Amino acid sequence: MRDLTAYKAHELNKMYQNKEVTVPEVIKAYIEKIKRDDGAIKAYITLCEDSALKRAEEIQARFDAGEKMGPLAGIPIAVKDNICTKGIKTTCASKMLENFISPYDATVTKKLDEEGLIIIGKTNMDEFAMGGSTENSAFFKTHNPVNLNKVPGGSSGGSAAAVSGHLAPVSLGSDTGGSIRQPAAFCGVVGLKPTYGLVSRYGLVAFASSLDQIGPIANDVTDIATLLNVIAGHDEMDSTSANIEKKDYTLALVNDVKGLRIGVPREFFGEGVSEEVREAVSKAVEQFRALGATVSECSLPATDYALPAYYIIACAEASANLGRFDGIRYGYRTKNYENLQDIYRNSRSEGFGEEVKRRIILGTYVLSSGYYDAYYKKAQKVRTIVKKGFDKAFEDYDILLTPTAPTVAFDIGSKINNPLEMYMTDILTVSINVAGVPAISVPCGKDKEGMPIGMQLIGKHFNEETVIRAAYTYEQNVKKEEV
Amino acid sequence: MEYEVVIGLEVHAELSTKTKIYCGCSTEFGGAPNTHCCPVCTGMPGALPVLNEKVVEYAVKAGLATGCTIARESKQDRKNYFYPDTPRAYQISQFDLPLCEHGKIDINTDGLEKTIGITRIHIEDDAGKLAHDNYTGGTLVDLNRAGVPLIEIVSEPDMRSAAEAVAYVEKLKGILEYIGVSDCKMQEGSLRADVNLSLRPVGSEKFGTRTETKNLNSFRAIARSIEFEIARQKEVLESGGTVYQETRRWDDEKGEGYAMRTKEEAHDYRYFPEPDLMPIRLSEEYIHHIEEHLPELPESRKARYMNELGLPEYDAGILTSSKHLSDFFEAATAACGNAKAVSNWIMVDIIRVARELGVEYDALPFTPVQLAGLIKLIDNGTISSKIAKEVFEEMVNTSKDPEKIVEEKGLVQISDESAIKEVVDRIVAANPQSVADYKAGKDRALGFLVGQCMKEMKGKGNPQILNKLILEHLQ
Repeated sequence: MRDLTAYKAHELNKMYQNKEVTVPEVIKAYIEKIKRDDGAIKAYITLCEDSALKRAEEIQARFDAGEKMGPLAGIPIAVKDNICTKGIKTTCASKMLENFISPYDATVTKKLDEEGLIIIGKTNMDEFAMGGSTENSAFFKTHNPVNLNKVPGGSSGGSAAAVSGHLAPVSLGSDTGGSIRQPAAFCGVVGLKPTYGLVSRYGLVAFASSLDQIGPIANDVTDIATLLNVIAGHDEMDSTSANIEKKDYTLALVNDVKGLRIGVPREFFGEGVSEEVREAVSKAVEQFRALGATVSECSLPATDYALPAYYIIACAEASANLGRFDGIRYGYRTKNYENLQDIYRNSRSEGFGEEVKRRIILGTYVLSSGYYDAYYKKAQKVRTIVKKGFDKAFEDYDILLTPTAPTVAFDIGSKINNPLEMYMTDILTVSINVAGVPAISVPCGKDKEGMPIGMQLIGKHFNEETVIRAAYTYEQNVKKEEV
Repeated sequence: MEYEVVIGLEVHAELSTKTKIYCGCSTEFGGAPNTHCCPVCTGMPGALPVLNEKVVEYAVKAGLATGCTIARESKQDRKNYFYPDTPRAYQISQFDLPLCEHGKIDINTDGLEKTIGITRIHIEDDAGKLAHDNYTGGTLVDLNRAGVPLIEIVSEPDMRSAAEAVAYVEKLKGILEYIGVSDCKMQEGSLRADVNLSLRPVGSEKFGTRTETKNLNSFRAIARSIEFEIARQKEVLESGGTVYQETRRWDDEKGEGYAMRTKEEAHDYRYFPEPDLMPIRLSEEYIHHIEEHLPELPESRKARYMNELGLPEYDAGILTSSKHLSDFFEAATAACGNAKAVSNWIMVDIIRVARELGVEYDALPFTPVQLAGLIKLIDNGTISSKIAKEVFEEMVNTSKDPEKIVEEKGLVQISDESAIKEVVDRIVAANPQSVADYKAGKDRALGFLVGQCMKEMKGKGNPQILNKLILEHLQ
């Protein structure tokens, strides 16, 4: 019997159209697969078996009635557990929200529903999206489906592992400093962080408001473009969402990079980037050249300062964003209190994990009277410089090509006790969030142990189509076994 | 030692927009607890604020009406602190780039004009309300008020007495009412003041250490808390002590102030730019349009009443002190054309009635048109001013039209000369002593005779005709 979980979303769509398979059959196949394999991978926090099956019947009835359905109707999707889903728990992998059910749907959740996608489960993550290995989940660690001893990356580790392990054909993650791209690279799948403002953040539990962006994770670029079509667009509920014309990103699925100007910034190949990663990405550079792109080395001189600036800005915003988890209206409340101060202090001490508390304290410190100018204000200046650096590079190039992460997925437990080393895993991705530009991670090889390597293709603001075209062309022209 | 009092005020006014500042929830006062709420104003995870454009418009109006410069670009900031009435654990306010700056308003105390500087006006959101739960002994949170738009108006430390502070708040309240941006109901807390106060030796340039008394919601509380704080600081200084910079609370029932927290305990609010909202950019056209459509302000109404209607300055000042009162005056004047008579009725009777009934001037039991009707009845000789007083009281009690009251009670004035002459003849004949007194030069006797005639006619005699006929008779 054929394995229905082996298909891409666009393949399933054709099968639905041709009545080769029904939506409930696909949903059941995924639920069985999750029940069989997720005990080892642990990608999901919540499995939505009943609601997904019920929804599958509804969508199938619409197919049967001959209704014109969107390209992702009836496709199961895994959603990161920091995206609000009415009626389904949204935990942010935190004890603080362990039993929290949002009273409203995020804008992206609504859009998924309108297009007939079926939420099959909510995925594990680093608590409140803070981390790069999904080891900071308050509940359990997620394992990399390629090698169960390795981390899946983070913070959207559950979403990347679900797609990599065929526990969902597509998923949504969120990316504040690399949280979609790095786990996509670690798990050997494709992940896109859209331009800041392209996808509504309404209903995404905020980590760092000026950096957070929701994006798609999938097994190929076609599914990425199709899912981006669903989630992108202006939202009146999000003042930072851009009011720009709606585009069809599948029109960018063109197998042609002739004349495309690709810049390879040398700062992204420095110390800490492993030899195997360097080699794989260099090979991809050569392949682009062979496909007709003009490739040359370039420079993004402010890159070194992006990481500290990122951690200052992200932690500052997080320290305010996470203030609302105070044990008063919802979420975890300590049992150990005699007065209001106790409720605050103990609920937050007991409800948040170590990494979250570290970043709240860091963020509180950099915003404190007397330190604001030295840290937060200076970090904002660096941010402007980083943005200008990208703007300047994009005067000469259409795309910038870099490794996504300095190394392949590391062993579970190997970095968890060294926060600084863990922060360094973001070094190649954070500057993209700081600048607000779009970037995709595409698999471009494997190391000796067979662990996937990802390359990052970075585009201009709101120019997702060029990023998608380059990634698609690469994907179409490179033999599967090579990546 | 003689001390000079230095006072600066921070006034919070709730804006009278229909919806909250960052979501579509109703701002209506009252309502069952937590019914005017949504994910945004209850601080649910993932919910985001969207600025209500009306709030900006109202704040700009307030700025223009107080002579402020309007910022072409301003921003909003997060002010972080934990309190159960603040669901996000930060208030969205404006820190270093407020919407309006550098304004002023003129006040008048005991005939002395003075200009009070306005440092800034900024927009922010109100907090919820906490209530003690007598049943469980716990505290309950009602977030209906959370997210109601406020403007905070910060004055320069330009006031030197409680009277000046009260005059300033009265003037400010009048302006906000006139431009229609706040209903300024102090008892509902939609206008409240924080008083910053310090003393310094007379002649000294340097400010003394100030204290801030928060959340005063009546003119009486403002005045009394200032007097209390002046006396307290004076006593501290005169006994050789030190005034500490602190935040204080005023207990209006006991008439006493208390220290809440000292400078050392003060919050570090860790202000930073609100990343969920874009900067507020205003075009020249936008500001110009609001300026052009700004309603007439009390100052200019007062000048108009004096110059065009010939009212005395004092009366014009009282009439324009409240927008509702001034609107009442204008509507009644428009309906009867006798501004002086309307003004007299307001000054003598209407202010008294409003005070007795405890109502605002927009909630009187009769309309401006009804008052105008009453004045017309006097002007066309239908009733005497004495009878008019009776009709007025009836109008207050029943809200009936004055014409109807006159008709029902048969109060139409008697102007028939022969009817009046008959009474005059009778009264004069019956009071020979008074006639003699009058002829001996005692003018008072004339008044007595007129009074007697009026009494005979139950007050309905036309006083001019009556006077004329008595004089004729006596000569």
